[in-house]
Formats: sequence, C-alpha cells, structure tokens
Amino acid sequence: MKKTFKISADVENLPQVIAFIDSNLEAVGCGMKAQTQIEISVEELFVNIAHYAYSSAVKASCNGASDVAQAANAENSVSEEGNATVTFDFSEETRTVTISLIDSGVPYNPLSKPDPDITLSVEERQIGGLGIFMVKKNMDEVMYDFAAGKNIVTIKKII
Amino acid sequence: MLNINQEKNGSVLIIGLEGRLDTTTAPQLEESVNSNLAGVTELCFDMAKLEYISSAGLRVLLSAQKKMNAQGKMILKNVSEEVVEVFEVTGFTDILTIEK
Repeated sequence: MKKTFKISADVENLPQVIAFIDSNLEAVGCGMKAQTQIEISVEELFVNIAHYAYSSAVKASCNGASDVAQAANAENSVSEEGNATVTFDFSEETRTVTISLIDSGVPYNPLSKPDPDITLSVEERQIGGLGIFMVKKNMDEVMYDFAAGKNIVTIKKII
Repeated sequence: MLNINQEKNGSVLIIGLEGRLDTTTAPQLEESVNSNLAGVTELCFDMAKLEYISSAGLRVLLSAQKKMNAQGKMILKNVSEEVVEVFEVTGFTDILTIEK
C-alpha cells in the first residue's frame, strides 16, 4: 500500500523525511546497505527541492509574509506551494521499493545535470554536483516526469 | 544529529565525528573545521562513530582536504563500511587518505 508524506520543503525538515522513509523501510525488512543508499538518495532529492523548487517570494508566503507573495499564491494551489510530497510503495513480489518526490515548483529535471568527473584530482574537483550522481549510482531506476504542474522524481531499488 | 569532538595537540587536530553528516549537520562541521585550522599541519578525522554521510558531508571533507593540501596533511581513520561505500562511488577513495 502506498504511503504519502507531505511536508514544507525546508532543509530543516530533512530528519522528518528520513524518519518517514526509515520507518517504512524497516517495516519491509530492508537491509542496512540498501537503507543507507535509499536515505542518501532521498536526502539529495529532498534538499534539491528545498533549495531550488520554489521562488523566494513563495517561500516568504509560507512564513506568513508579503503582499507580492500572497498575490503569487492566489494564482496557484495554496496547499501545494512550498511543499514536497514523498510517497513510498513496496512490491512484495519483486522486493522493489518505489519512492517519489513531488513538488509544484518550477519545472526542473535534476537528472539532466551532467555527471561530475570523479577522476579529477583534489585541486580540480568542484565542490558539489555529487548528490544526483549518487542517486543515479545507488538506485536501480531513476525517472523524472513533469505532469499536472508537478515535478515528479521516482526512484526504485530492489532490496 | 552530529557530535563533533575536537582535540588539539600542538599542530595536530583530531576531530571525532559521531552520528550523521548530512545537509542539516554539515554546516556545523564546516564551521568547526574552519575556525580551528590555523597552524594545523595534520588534520585527522576519527570516523569510528560516523554512521552516514551524504554529498553535503563530502563537500566539507573536500574543502578541508583542499585547505590541508596547502598546509600539511589530512587523514581519515576508522571509516565504517557504509561511509567507505560512499567514498568509493564518488571517487573520494582516490583523493582522500583513508587509514586502514
């Protein structure tokens, strides 16, 4: 059965998102290694939403502020703005965990980012860019879809 | 949650990490490293109790490694299997000094 968890897309809410994922993974008997890989993937995707999905005006409205932000909100579905929705599904038959992270921010496919060159030396290495790369490496399947005004990133892992 | 225990002996700085080095805790470590690096020629991270590291944690380690390349050396000790796997996937095993 699919479980859904909705929370304001703020980095400080990361522990709650991870707790939601962990409790579901533990319920289906996920091993430590896969659990860590899934936690890392969910963290990278959630933080991506928190950092980039919503404009500062919308963020301000979530904290109960300005007229500009409220006007922006009126045009959109108020309940979805500034939020991230995480869904968890598990197939007993194939032992596959399916997790989606959904936001209604600006259309953006995080998977389109080129992979970093991981063979460069310390001096040449850029700080950053490794998050999405780890998601691709650690999951069995990664998909992006933009539908009904929402960014949907889905990851699958056989556990 | 991340606990950071620092121990300074002359120019050697040992930083013990306990818990999770993720997006929410990485800024703590970054601040801790940056404010204590003056005059340090050997920086050692004891990672025996570090359970988890994400890309935010990798960024702090890379930034520390860059700084230490200019003023001495940096070593990671007692790295757990979970954390080593993250280093391997990202090529960090080639750029960090991991003591077995």
